Amino acid sequence: MADRVRVRAMMPPGHVRTPAYLRGKTGIIERSLGDYPNPEQLAYRQRAEPRALYRVRFSMAEIWGAAAENPDDTLDAEIFAHWLEPLES
Amino acid sequence: MTDTTGRRWHDMGGLDAGPLDPAEHDFALWEKRVDALMVLASAKGLFTVDGLRRALEDMGEEAFESMSYYERWIASVNQNLLEAGVYSIEELGARMEDISKRGTTYSEAANG
Amino acid sequence: MPHDHTDHLSPSGHPFRPDNDAPLTYWQVMEIAIRELLIVKGITTAADIAAQIDAMDARSPADGAKVVARAWTDPAFKARLLANGSAASREMGFDIGSLRLIVVENTPHIHNVIVCTLCSCYPRNLLGLPPDWYKTRAYRSRVVREPRKVLAEFGLVLPDSIRIRVHDSTADMRYIVLPARPAGTEELSEADLADLVTRDAMIGTGLPKAAA
Repeated sequence: MADRVRVRAMMPPGHVRTPAYLRGKTGIIERSLGDYPNPEQLAYRQRAEPRALYRVRFSMAEIWGAAAENPDDTLDAEIFAHWLEPLES
Repeated sequence: MTDTTGRRWHDMGGLDAGPLDPAEHDFALWEKRVDALMVLASAKGLFTVDGLRRALEDMGEEAFESMSYYERWIASVNQNLLEAGVYSIEELGARMEDISKRGTTYSEAANG
Repeated sequence: MPHDHTDHLSPSGHPFRPDNDAPLTYWQVMEIAIRELLIVKGITTAADIAAQIDAMDARSPADGAKVVARAWTDPAFKARLLANGSAASREMGFDIGSLRLIVVENTPHIHNVIVCTLCSCYPRNLLGLPPDWYKTRAYRSRVVREPRKVLAEFGLVLPDSIRIRVHDSTADMRYIVLPARPAGTEELSEADLADLVTRDAMIGTGLPKAAA
């Protein structure tokens, strides 16, 4: 995975663990966590494939724009690889 | 339960909301039992935490606003156990009917 | 019954809430029915359920406080804790089950705060069950967008020179904050230090108590 990533902006229905407020936002990989069963399959009693999970760090300025309380504060979230688009750094 | 962008009700990060209410409560015995049933049933492989969450999400915002935390949990545990075929609706209904006749308080109905 | 609750005391000896004797609700009836069905079908036992409640009751923020106090007094342990929070907690003897714990450290320049915006994920196998406010719309919605205002409502006002790192527990990891050791505690024992570590200090909505 690249150092810089963008969270995919798609909005499918159903059980997903990628928060809406982070979709389409760009962050950096804080750490790689290894593979975990895909929750989008676990939730529906499907055999869950292992998917790479990352902690991604976003600036509050990136998430909230001019409305950010303090633009330099940050937010970390765990995002599965299939929700991340690598960006050139 | 889903807005026009497709955002679902439970996905609430960043939305407007009122002030924090710091009030806390100790859990009742029946609430602790719900928690224990969730842990034990998922440890037996009958459902996953994602299955629990999926049913909670599908209950919708009205349930979030009108039911307590462990009321929603037992409803979700039930949904998942029914889907797993652990018991039938008929079995559950008959037993709930029987339990309701045991008394008017939790202690009486649960036999302790 | 191997575990009799009719004395109205929880396994840890605390009184249950009075609503144990309030009018029976539909959802309580459902809980009783499901529990009995799981026992009848041999999936679990009354003893297993009682033991699970005991195990959960035995977990409390005091466990996390001991981990924090050890990290404050033992630099090698602190390094292991930051590298692998689960392994370091188990090393201290805590039964944390499958908890995957990441410990995030406060410094003079960084303050960490934990949330789960999608549901209510919490390091329950170390700290016990979460406080009610952690599960509310107010906390879940607001702390990712206006953490400083939310912390101020908890009585914690941070200067702009301290950066806030919010951690949203969106998947398989759970988090606790390793707060900074309070000033003037050089002489305190590890046990006395643990007494200063509050639950909210480990969630990030508070700081440790000051030395007496």
